[in-house]
Amino acid sequence: MNRRLMEGSEAIAEAMVAAGCRFFSGYPMTPFTEVLEHMARLLPTVGGVNMNAESELEAVGMAWGAAAGGTRAATGSVGQGLSLMQESLAELCIARVPLVVINMARGQGDYFQATRGGGHGDYRHIVLAPADIPEAVRLVQLAFHLADVWRNPVTFLGDYYLAHVQEAVDTSRIDFGPVPPKDWALDGSSSGTGHARIVSPIMPAKRGGAERISYAAHLESLGTHVHAMASGVDPLVETGFIDDAELVVAAYGTPARYIRYVVARLRDEGIPVGFVRPITLWPFPAEAVAQAAAGARAVAVYELNTGQMYDDVRLAVRNIPVHFIGGLSFDPSGFGIAPDLGVENLMTKLRRTLDDVRRQSA
Amino acid sequence: MTSIPLLPADRPPDRPSRLVDDFTPRLLLPGEHSFCPGCGEPAVMRAVAELVDELEMTTRSVGVIGIGCYTGFAGALDIEVLQALHGRAPSLATGLKRSRPDTIVFTVQGDGDMVNEGLQEVLHSAARGERITSILLNNGVFGETGGHMTATTVLGQRTKNTLEGRNAPDHGYPIRLSDILAGIDGTAYVARGATNSAGNVSRLRRMLRKAFEVQAAGLGFSFVEVLTMCPTGWFIETEEAPDYLSNSLAEVHTIGVVKDITAA
Repeated sequence: MNRRLMEGSEAIAEAMVAAGCRFFSGYPMTPFTEVLEHMARLLPTVGGVNMNAESELEAVGMAWGAAAGGTRAATGSVGQGLSLMQESLAELCIARVPLVVINMARGQGDYFQATRGGGHGDYRHIVLAPADIPEAVRLVQLAFHLADVWRNPVTFLGDYYLAHVQEAVDTSRIDFGPVPPKDWALDGSSSGTGHARIVSPIMPAKRGGAERISYAAHLESLGTHVHAMASGVDPLVETGFIDDAELVVAAYGTPARYIRYVVARLRDEGIPVGFVRPITLWPFPAEAVAQAAAGARAVAVYELNTGQMYDDVRLAVRNIPVHFIGGLSFDPSGFGIAPDLGVENLMTKLRRTLDDVRRQSA
Repeated sequence: MTSIPLLPADRPPDRPSRLVDDFTPRLLLPGEHSFCPGCGEPAVMRAVAELVDELEMTTRSVGVIGIGCYTGFAGALDIEVLQALHGRAPSLATGLKRSRPDTIVFTVQGDGDMVNEGLQEVLHSAARGERITSILLNNGVFGETGGHMTATTVLGQRTKNTLEGRNAPDHGYPIRLSDILAGIDGTAYVARGATNSAGNVSRLRRMLRKAFEVQAAGLGFSFVEVLTMCPTGWFIETEEAPDYLSNSLAEVHTIGVVKDITAA
C-alpha cells in the first residue's frame, strides 16, 4: 500500500503509466489539459512518448499509429475535442485497434456522445465512468486491459471534479489477468513473408493469403464482435440502500458521488431511498439497474443534462415509473461545477420526489 | 554484336517456352487490380517495393496508406500496411515511428488526401522533423471520384467541377507543396519527380532511394512528390498523358530536388 495525496488528473496519469501506457497524445483543453501535463512529465521517465499534437485530429491519429504498433496508447480530450475525433474513433473500432480514450467531460451533456459515439458506422466502444479517484485509478487501468482483451477502443469518462479533487490514492499496477498476444500488431517483421500484416478498417487481410476474407465477411464479423462485447463485458454497478427503498435514484460519475452521500444522509433520517450507479455505461448494465429497482415504487434519474442516461434507464426499467430529476447545471465557466450539485439542494429534491411518488402511487 | 538465336520453325521447340526474366518485384503480391490504363501510380509503388527490398529494409518496413486509387496497393504490397483515413497518414506514421523507432515508415497519399484533406498533418509532421518518408502521388485531380479539382490542379486544367478549366478568381491558385515543405526546418530531403518517361522514373528511383536513406540515417523528414499521369481524370487519350503532364502539371510543379541537407 503506497498511498499519496494527489489531484485526480495526476492519479489518472500515474495509473495509466502503471498500466503500461507508453504513448500518449493530446491537445490541451480543460479539464483534459491536466492529464496531458502529467503524462508529458511522466512518460519520458519510463521510456514512453508523449506527443503535444497540433489538433485533436492528429492526437487521435498519433495514438492510432502507436496502438497499431502494439504499444499501449491513449489519447483524449473533452466532449468538444472528442467531436473532432469521432471519425477516427468510429474507424478505430472497425479496424479493431485497442486504444484508451480519456474523456474528461465538462458536465454530463456528452453522455450520448460517449456511449453512442458521434461517428459513422455500426460500432460501439466500452465506456467506464468512475465516481471518485480511487475508482478512477482502478478503472483507467481496467480500460487498458479491456481494450486489449476486446481489441476495441475503451472510453474512460471523467469530469472536472475527478480531475481536480485531491484524494489519497495508491496508483500501483493492478493485475487484471492475461491479455491475448498482439500477433496482429505492426513492426515490419512480417513484410516479405508473403503474409504481411495489415491493420485497416476496410481491408481485413491482404490478397493471396489463406486468411483472406471478403469485405462483407469482415463487416459480418464486426457485428458478431459488437454482440460479443455487449454480452461479454462485465456490467459494473454500485448500489446502496436498495433493499427497502421506495425510491431508487440512478446517477453516474461525480453527481452519483453526491447522490451516494445524500441518500446515506436521508437514510439517517429514516427516509427510504436508495441509489444505483452504473459504472459501465456501455454496455449499459440494464439487468442490474432493473434488479436494483425491483422493489421500489419508482426510479429517479439524476444527471447534469436534459435527460440522456434517462433513456437507458427507461429501457432497463419497464414495470415502474422512471422520473427525470436532473437538469442543465452549468456555472459560467461551463465546466459542470454546477450550483445544482449541492447536498442540501439534492436532499430537498429527493424528499420532494419521494413525496410525489408516494402521492402518485397512493 | 550479339545475335539473337532464332527458334526453328519446322518443328516444335525442344523445351517449353518460359519467362526469361520475371520482373515482378519480390514485395508485390500479383493479382487483379483496379488501375486504369496509363495510370502513373503503379510505377511509383513498384519503385517503392523494389527499393525497400534493395535497401534491405523489408523486415522493418511499414507503409501507411491514405485513401485514393493507390489504396488498392494496401492489399497488394507484401509490406506491412497501416491503413489511414483520408488525410491522416502522417499522424498515424508519427505515432508508429515514435513508438517503434527502429521501423522504416513511409506514407503514400494523393494530392486530394495530402494537400486538400490533410494539409496540416504533413506540414506539422515536417516541422517536427518526423523521421518518416512521405510520398505524394500528385496528378492534380481526384482520380478515384472521377476527375475533380484538387488543391494542386493547375490553372486552365479542366475537371468535372472546373468545366472551363481552373481559373484563379473562382478557384484560387494551386498549392506547390514541395516548395512549401522545403522552407520548413524539419525537412531533410524534398524532391519532386515524375513517372511520364523512363528517364524520369529512373530519376524518381534515385529520389526515393535518397529519401529512404535519409530516414534510415535519422536526419529528418524526407519527402518525395511524384507527378503521375491520370488520363481518365484528365479526360484525354492514354498516350497523350505523358506529354500533357510535361506541358501542364510539370510547368507549375517543377521537377527536381528542392532540398537536400546531405548535399555538399
